[in-house]
Amino acid sequence: MIARILATAMTEAHIARRNRWVLIAVVLMVVFSLVLSAVGSAPSGGLGADRLSITVASLTSLSVYLVPLVALLMSFDAVAGEVERGTLPLLLTYPVARWEILAGKLVAHTGILIIALVAGYGAAAIIAVASDPAADAGFGALWRLTWTSTFLGATFLGIGYALSSLARRASGAAGLAIGLWLGLVVLYDLALLAAVVADDGGTFTTQVFPAALLANPADAFRLFNLTASQATAAASGIGAAAASIGLWKSLASVLVWPLVALGLATLAFRKVEP
Amino acid sequence: MNPMTSTLTISHLTKTFGGVNALSDVSLHVAAGERVALLGHNGAGKSTFMKVILGLIAADSGEISVCGEAPGGAAARAKVAYLPENATFHSALTGLEQITYYLRLRGEDTSEAMVLLDKVGLGHAAKRRIGTYSKGMRQRVGLAQTLIGHPDLLVLDEPTSGLDPVSRRDFYELLDGLAAEGAAILLSSHALTEVEARTDRLLILSGGKMVATGTLPELRREAALPIAMHITAINGYDGDILTAFPDAIRVGSALHLNCSQEDKLTTLSQIAGLKDKVADIDVIPPSLEDIYSHFSRRDGQ
Repeated sequence: MIARILATAMTEAHIARRNRWVLIAVVLMVVFSLVLSAVGSAPSGGLGADRLSITVASLTSLSVYLVPLVALLMSFDAVAGEVERGTLPLLLTYPVARWEILAGKLVAHTGILIIALVAGYGAAAIIAVASDPAADAGFGALWRLTWTSTFLGATFLGIGYALSSLARRASGAAGLAIGLWLGLVVLYDLALLAAVVADDGGTFTTQVFPAALLANPADAFRLFNLTASQATAAASGIGAAAASIGLWKSLASVLVWPLVALGLATLAFRKVEP
Repeated sequence: MNPMTSTLTISHLTKTFGGVNALSDVSLHVAAGERVALLGHNGAGKSTFMKVILGLIAADSGEISVCGEAPGGAAARAKVAYLPENATFHSALTGLEQITYYLRLRGEDTSEAMVLLDKVGLGHAAKRRIGTYSKGMRQRVGLAQTLIGHPDLLVLDEPTSGLDPVSRRDFYELLDGLAAEGAAILLSSHALTEVEARTDRLLILSGGKMVATGTLPELRREAALPIAMHITAINGYDGDILTAFPDAIRVGSALHLNCSQEDKLTTLSQIAGLKDKVADIDVIPPSLEDIYSHFSRRDGQ
């Protein structure tokens, strides 16, 4: 089982390297992280937080958008591409389970994502540490951001595989992936914000809103990172909203979502008839 | 046939796509070491039939046993090799990487990859991307992966398409070796003369039905197609021969005559009786194409 998962992972890694996905992911993360840490250096003075914690707060906001996007870009072709190229029927006659194929792809794509995250966050962290001697205090927050970003990426990789299986054509899968990204990462928050404003502190704000935040993997990721570190919360200015939801709840959402996504992907992939 | 030696057993297999019968009531045995050719027009159901055997498509009814296992199960997949029609691979991988991947999936030693590629004549291109390969080279990557391990059953969908004559001969030699070791082989083809010489039995699928099965001599007898005789008369004796054979027709300088299998010897002795007036005679048995057309058209195709 492990050997077959690793075999698929190795093959996917070869493909990703040749198709420049490794390079694209790394460059995207590094460029955006550096731009952000340059912009974010301005308001550090009066917040009473160290430079690295502020950088992490900025990176958290960036990652909510960028990590799901990179993950969906890497994964939308995973099943639909095999169907379109005609490589799937032969692969499925091999003694390998469908979930093992997906797990192999997940291992390879998550590995690429980790390389990109370490490169991007690392570059931003080096700048922060170099310019502020007190920045050591932010290392805990940086480590938390890195592993939660990996989980967030794995969640969206799984969702991407599910969409890829449902669409069965790479172009259709790409459309679905972009639509889903817009929906979960951009429109979802706008809709919640509008509802909270309209509700003006009623039952929606106290009951539905926290659950809605936890149900969305991107929001749970942001919530967990900002709640876990008081300094980061202060730097991002959402302390009050974040504090109302228990830390363990957002942590549970961050941990459970990758499993749910991979389960959905396996269910969708099982329905694909080659 | 003794079911103990049967690698592939199919009885009363039926598969329907949207109300149309893709396969109806197909039954088949393939023994270990037997090479069987599956013939049929495009759309006759050959590829569907193969996909059902591989478990890629579920049958609507009927029983299938692949090496004693259910089709498509992990145990069956471990014993069956498949070559799809127009085999394709990821263009970014090299031939070596692709074969290494397939070896790993079957739990085989990856050092075999070069040996397999050499066997199909791709050793020189092993480290080039498959995207740069010709159609024939891709087909040979497909052949190489069917040789992994020691499959008990090989299901090959038009394995020689895109191969040059020399590669075809080499390919059939590889198959002979596998069959001699006990592998059962089911292959589809359009090249009738090729499969006649290289397989033990022919199956003809038409409109989803198995319309004929047997060796070529058996099918020839069953079809009972007329034999053509072309008689060239010695100058001036055309009229005498036409009188003796009123059904003959004149084509150029020769007289063409058809007779049934049973009348063959009688007709020949009649012609021999006219030997002073006959310059030459050609006896032309029904061709493979004629026999194939006879069976595949019988059901109104």
